[in-house]
Amino acid sequence: MSNSGGKLSLPAARSGGQAAAARQPDGSQVFLTTKLEKLLDAARKNSLWPFPFGTACCAIEFMSFMMSHYDISRFGAEVVRFSPRQSDLLIVAGTVTDKMAPVMVRIYEQMAEPKYVISMGVCACTGGFYRAYHVVQGIDEFVPVDVYVPGCPPTPEALLQGVVKLQEMISKGETHYQRTLAERRAARAQAGA
Amino acid sequence: MANREARLAAIRTAFPEGGGVVELPGGDLQTFRVDRRVLPDLARHLKDDPALDFKLLLDVCGVDYPAREERFEVVYHLTSLTHGHRVRLKVAVREGDAVVPSVYGVWKAADWFEREAFDMFGVRFEGHPNLKRILCHPAFQGHALRKDYDPGQRWLLREGEQDEPAWAKEAQENEDHFETQVLNIGPSHPATHGTLRTVVRLDGELITKAETEIGYLHRCFEKMSETHTWNQVIPYTDRLNYCSAMMNGVGYALAVESMLGVEAPPRAQVIRLILSELSRIMDHIVDVGANLNDVGAMTPFLYMYQAREELYSVLEACCGSRLTMSYVRIGGLSADTPPDFEDSVRYLLRRIPKLVDDMETLITENRIFRGRTEGVGAISAEDAVDWGWTGPCLRATGVAYDVRKAYPYLAYDTYDFKVPIAHAGDTYARYLVRVEELRQSLRIVEQALERLEPGPVIVDNHNVALPPKEEVYTEMESLIWHFKLIMEGMKVPAGEKYGYTEAANGELGYYIVSDGGGKPYRIKVRPPCFAIFQAFPHILEGHMVADTVAIMSSLNIIAGELDR
Ligand code: SF4
Repeated sequence: MSNSGGKLSLPAARSGGQAAAARQPDGSQVFLTTKLEKLLDAARKNSLWPFPFGTACCAIEFMSFMMSHYDISRFGAEVVRFSPRQSDLLIVAGTVTDKMAPVMVRIYEQMAEPKYVISMGVCACTGGFYRAYHVVQGIDEFVPVDVYVPGCPPTPEALLQGVVKLQEMISKGETHYQRTLAERRAARAQAGA
Repeated sequence: MANREARLAAIRTAFPEGGGVVELPGGDLQTFRVDRRVLPDLARHLKDDPALDFKLLLDVCGVDYPAREERFEVVYHLTSLTHGHRVRLKVAVREGDAVVPSVYGVWKAADWFEREAFDMFGVRFEGHPNLKRILCHPAFQGHALRKDYDPGQRWLLREGEQDEPAWAKEAQENEDHFETQVLNIGPSHPATHGTLRTVVRLDGELITKAETEIGYLHRCFEKMSETHTWNQVIPYTDRLNYCSAMMNGVGYALAVESMLGVEAPPRAQVIRLILSELSRIMDHIVDVGANLNDVGAMTPFLYMYQAREELYSVLEACCGSRLTMSYVRIGGLSADTPPDFEDSVRYLLRRIPKLVDDMETLITENRIFRGRTEGVGAISAEDAVDWGWTGPCLRATGVAYDVRKAYPYLAYDTYDFKVPIAHAGDTYARYLVRVEELRQSLRIVEQALERLEPGPVIVDNHNVALPPKEEVYTEMESLIWHFKLIMEGMKVPAGEKYGYTEAANGELGYYIVSDGGGKPYRIKVRPPCFAIFQAFPHILEGHMVADTVAIMSSLNIIAGELDR
């Protein structure tokens, strides 16, 4: 593990060719060392592109979360894309029914890696108060979830916190995608050894 | 308005005593038990006889009575827009022979309602052009609303098992149609606002055939309501049309209150009215904003959403929740409004018109917007009624039917407001009607504020409403009432009721059957946009692909209410 760990500062990341050089006030340069992976994670977490999989009431609160009052762009995730190919964060906002589940799975599978999932609202998390014959009792039956945001519907603040939480997880390497990747690497290393 | 006897006489001219039509005594509506053999003829007669003139079929639903020999009852609700009267028809069938002739040939509105009754109860409608499941997915087994169906029994649908219209699979070999293709719009598509799916066949960019698939948000509202007490149903009603949650709860509470014979105190009624109208504004704001957004105008949506945020703050101050309010209780409201309620509503009354004006300046005379909406998605008044349309979409075709005027509740008849109509029946007309309705709602709210007197907000009847918390902690009797109401729920006298109010999308009906127990025996919601959306694929034919988006969002289809 490099010395800078998760505390990579952005000026260093931005300076392009001299990837890890930062200029000091007196004109000298210092070098911060990091791993390429960390650098990428820092970039990823600050420019999440959500795919709003809005199905029900929660999707209305998702709109509030996008709009000027709560303004998700403060956290760098305002570029909503309705194409799974162009997004890396699946936000499932609303109840998912058994009829809808294959659609959700297909969209998740179409998203390019790395990809993250936020489950917004109790319906997406657990089925909520719909203990019923046509409702998925939690989307984690079908897709791995990184952050669960409870509430019916969660307030936009809660969803903002969910995004911030996901950002923290990305920088710590705790998301489902990162963990699976690490496991795969470890397995490969073991097989090679 | 013809009376009971006159209606009966008009029916008896064609169906004499013993001819298969029996009038049932009492009830909230005049009800006839109909032999299924005469149903098609009776339906025709009811529609065509000028003394009856039942042009609008509101609802078709099933009810299951396992103890009866004729287990299933199919219930029809009809209204006449010219005479303003209503009737209910009931057709009972046995389980082994659950077949009823379809009335689709008489009222097109029966299309989806009959499919739903088939899906939920397994009653077959003979002669229906496309009788298949509508809400549940195709791999579903059994019929969910039968009393012996376990509410938690799920069936998994796997990829590739989804339903495709038969014509979508047929190859098009016609050489003239060199660019024919089948396109799937939704269910996850930015312009379908959730969970609507339309399959279209295109000739170039022209839609030659379309079919709509719904049920992607079927959350089993009706089954859930049978497993909860009367008051516990209220949070579920909030999630029907979640853009204007308050109105659903008010409609439900009014229906149950009339079964119980109680009436909410005056203050509660005025607050219900104010919040309902504010909800209507919220609903129209989202719909108009989303419609504009879908045709490419993002700015007005942002303006309008600002108004919505400010409305949210008022609702949140009242009940703690921004969207799904659960503020209504049977017999009144859960709590009184905060002290600054009137001031904040007055502030809204000043603020919202400004935002609406801003939007109108940008849009109403905008050439691009008019070009994309005028003449697009037009429907005639006659067709709209035939399909069972109500609400702003119907009023945009020139039919001035509004439940608030036709059958006033919450004292709407004492308020001064107008019912705006337009005549073109197209997307632009729907926009105009909604914007004007929004302004009328503001007028109603303004008048209602003048009538807001201090007083209790829930009835003082402990068979219905919980006693105040302080008393529960200090008085034995109140504690017992509290315990009984929580554990057993209130008892609603056995009987049935079709309660209806004007929600944001049109007539929202609740057909409620009680067996006298602590839980509803059956609640059937008549969702306004269900009837509206069934006409959508028919409207689409002959339009361009890009028009689907403009038309769909102008109909304001809310999946929660559509699929329940
Ligand atoms: S969690 Fe609540 S608000 Fe969200 S979709 Fe479910 S019922 Fe609607």
